[in-house]
Amino acid sequence: MNASSSALPSRWERLRDSYLLYSFKRDIVAQISLVVFIGLVAVAVLAPWLSPMNPYDLAQIDILSSELPPFWIDGSDAQYLLGTDAQGRDMLSTILYGARVSLMIGFGAVALQALIGVCFGLLAGYLGGRIDAFLMRLADIQLSFSTLMVAIIVGALVKAIFGGETFSAYAVPLLILIIGLAEWPQYARTVRASVLAEKNKEYVDAARVMGLRSKRIMFRHILPNTLSPIFVISTVQIANAIISEAALSFLGLGMPETHPSLGSLIKAGFDYIQSGSWWITLIPGAVLIVLVLSINLLGDWLRDVMNPRLYKG
Amino acid sequence: MALLEVNHLDVRFALRLGEVHALRDVNFTLERGERLGIVGESGAGKSVAAFSLLNLIAKPGFIAGGEVRFDGQQLNSMSERALRKVRGNRISMIFQDPMMTLNPVLSIGEQMLECLKAHRRISSKEARAIALDKLYQVQIPSPETRLDQYPHELSGGMRQRIIIAIALLLDPDIIIADEPTTALDVTIQAEIMALLLELCEKHNVGLILITHDLGVVSQVTQRMLVMYAGRVIEQGPTREIINDPQHPYTQGLINALPQMATPGEKLNQIRGSMPSLSNLPSGCAFHPRCDFINRADGQPRPACTQQVPGFVESGNCQVACHMVAELIDKEATDEARLKETNP
Amino acid sequence: MIAFLVKRLFHALLVMFVISIIAFAIQDNLGDPIQQMVGQSVPESERAELREELGLNDPFLVQYARFAINAAQFDFGYSYVFNQPTTEVIARHLPATLELVAAATFLIITLSVPIGVYSAIKPRAWLSRFFMGISIVGISIPVFLTAIMLIQLFAIGVSWTPFPVDTAWGSWLNDLISTEGGMPAYGRGNPVPVFGTWETNFASLEGLTYLVLPAVSLASIMLPLFIRLIRAEMLEVMQSDYVKFARAKGISMRRIYFLHALKNTMLPVITVGGVQIGTLVAYTILTETVFQWPGMGLMFLDAIERSDIPLIVTYLMIVGLIFVITNTIVDLIYGLVNPTVKLTGKPA
Repeated sequence: MNASSSALPSRWERLRDSYLLYSFKRDIVAQISLVVFIGLVAVAVLAPWLSPMNPYDLAQIDILSSELPPFWIDGSDAQYLLGTDAQGRDMLSTILYGARVSLMIGFGAVALQALIGVCFGLLAGYLGGRIDAFLMRLADIQLSFSTLMVAIIVGALVKAIFGGETFSAYAVPLLILIIGLAEWPQYARTVRASVLAEKNKEYVDAARVMGLRSKRIMFRHILPNTLSPIFVISTVQIANAIISEAALSFLGLGMPETHPSLGSLIKAGFDYIQSGSWWITLIPGAVLIVLVLSINLLGDWLRDVMNPRLYKG
Repeated sequence: MALLEVNHLDVRFALRLGEVHALRDVNFTLERGERLGIVGESGAGKSVAAFSLLNLIAKPGFIAGGEVRFDGQQLNSMSERALRKVRGNRISMIFQDPMMTLNPVLSIGEQMLECLKAHRRISSKEARAIALDKLYQVQIPSPETRLDQYPHELSGGMRQRIIIAIALLLDPDIIIADEPTTALDVTIQAEIMALLLELCEKHNVGLILITHDLGVVSQVTQRMLVMYAGRVIEQGPTREIINDPQHPYTQGLINALPQMATPGEKLNQIRGSMPSLSNLPSGCAFHPRCDFINRADGQPRPACTQQVPGFVESGNCQVACHMVAELIDKEATDEARLKETNP
Repeated sequence: MIAFLVKRLFHALLVMFVISIIAFAIQDNLGDPIQQMVGQSVPESERAELREELGLNDPFLVQYARFAINAAQFDFGYSYVFNQPTTEVIARHLPATLELVAAATFLIITLSVPIGVYSAIKPRAWLSRFFMGISIVGISIPVFLTAIMLIQLFAIGVSWTPFPVDTAWGSWLNDLISTEGGMPAYGRGNPVPVFGTWETNFASLEGLTYLVLPAVSLASIMLPLFIRLIRAEMLEVMQSDYVKFARAKGISMRRIYFLHALKNTMLPVITVGGVQIGTLVAYTILTETVFQWPGMGLMFLDAIERSDIPLIVTYLMIVGLIFVITNTIVDLIYGLVNPTVKLTGKPA
């Protein structure tokens, strides 16, 4: 026995003995989902090194080799494993780059949502009163208008204000901003609900009696206890954000075709589906589905394991 | 033959981590009009026993063995359809928390009439008359207006009266009451208990009262069972057990009552806590908490840690304890020796 | 009940107020009615005069009041593109969207309740597991991808030949997995006029075939959500004491499932349903785009494309109104189902 393991269990040891890991080992669906998700994230991050060509580089594009089918269909070109799109770009490369953009916006938007939502939720739940009423009424209105609707409207307005070209140039940060602003109420309501549940417990009273400041009580005492619902909704929110980005791009309010995400690839390919070139739209579509499905399955498993009291409705 | 007879009842829960034995070898009988108390700490299996009588245990739980005989019929092997004719009709139940027992979205009238109509072919008018009569019997003010009210409009005590009225609707032979007063205010508890007792006596209804309150048991019941970790450890006439408990656990329970304590001194308590059913100690499940596992000569009694005690007769009671068995043996041999020496 | 209604009405007015402020701010900052009225050639002095005449130099509040008064009378000005009152343009496109939403809602309600209840009553049955598996996949497919796949499968058709074509069983299997195509997937066909600008797809078989793919696509996004919600709520309700008590009373299981449990299950489902109506309208924009369904969503995107600010503003106000009305109706239904909703409008 060495000294390190004889004392308090380390983080690794706690994880190893936890119920989380135990149930993960028994759940084959969760294991496959995690492998698929990590695999997709890895190839997306490594896209510049993995992909056969750079879809952003116009010099590499050969318009003569457009609409080539993937390798298992007659008439394919071995150079383009998954075929080419209408502009002659290699599908495999555009999908890898597209997944990278989709994931970037998805994670970025969720980080922003979480930041806004957690702060507002903590404020509303802890302070109560008018601030609570105002923030929650705002969240209610926004939610009843549906987050996607808000994102579409804000996207349309931002595009109208900046004009198409500026919008395209700054599409990634703008989309993060739009989706982040549209979906914060989910976090705020969940955090508020768990703060209200935690607030009346003895340990918060104890902290207050000890004379700790509100900020410290909120962030050091209450926030850690709201982490598990935050963790669970985050998986769902990442899936939602990726779908929202795809939807906006599909409507022409998102990533431009020159710098495509999975959604704009699907949009670009949709025009060619009638002419029989289904792969331009359906292969990126399949990648999007697999990505979102793996996240949702992981989220389902987490929800079952952590079983937090989530805010309903 | 007794009205209700429970023989070797064995209930298990098939959980993900393995099977848990919730009830082991439970035996008791109930005569018509008799009142029986089932006592124990939470987790002892009292409620499981209550629910398994009508085969109402929730899903991972199932009756693994033994039988429940009621009026000559074997309830535990009956079809769901046949069981439905017994439930609420000949054996009815009262639950612990009146705030949760009534369906919040159905009116009181609806919840009373559906019970009558499920068991008897009667018109709504007749059913309404019966319901009103029962509401009157449980001393609810202005019963007519109650029928149209919803549960949330009534207080906890009022709701428990309505639940008692529902339990009485079809003039059952037995009422199983699972901690009927635990969730109520202390001031109302005695009222509800007195009402229940009065109605049972008046209509000659048998009562199985599940509770952890020994005071209530001694006032209401004629016989009692004490349960520990899924087993019955002592049973017999209530008065005998309360006055002269044999099992160390029962003794502990009675000593823990506030009225048994000397003023100014600490309350008595049983040290430790009830073991988890999935991880029972070997031998007598009570032995880690028992103060008497050591014999008179200071040596630990090996049977206590190795062997599950069987029942021995002590007076009119049955006790499952090695120490008691030893004492009785010793008494018997002493008596025999006494007879031998001076015939 | 009256106090409840008044409270709801007040809430609705508040929401409409917020939406109208946003809509007005958009119109005020993005729309330039002068340019639209007179074009580029008119000199600046004349424009300034017109500006004054139209009250565009008035203080913000005065202008907003004018906007609000007009809006209350359903007067949102003229569409730049159509050169018609925007309300007329909306009225022309509204029926298509409403019919699409109605058809999708019908599919959602008639399928989600029985499937959700079934998979809660028999959680271990293979059919329940199948529904649960399908529903998580369904949630993960964006509505426009469902629509595209439906088009590929049923409008264009696919012919798969993984099995040998020259054998009888092979071609039979090939036929089995291939689809014919031929379903209409573009526009509304020839809807039948009912009255005014209302033309319906429900009145003819042809109209209904045009409705099938868009309605199924639109329903596909909500259906799995509601199946899962109903199942989860029902499972929770089945664990409750009042269901156990109902069983102890000897009530039939059918009555317990469909009265005791379902009525309680529906309470949160109705609440979520109210919120999801907004999402459904948002998804009509996507569905209508894929199928070129000539509804409000397609019109809205077109208006964005052409910077038709009055039409955009009108769309926002009308959609806001639809949300507010449906939410109020949903709250009313909730109040009728749930006896604990009292005059104060808060659950006791």
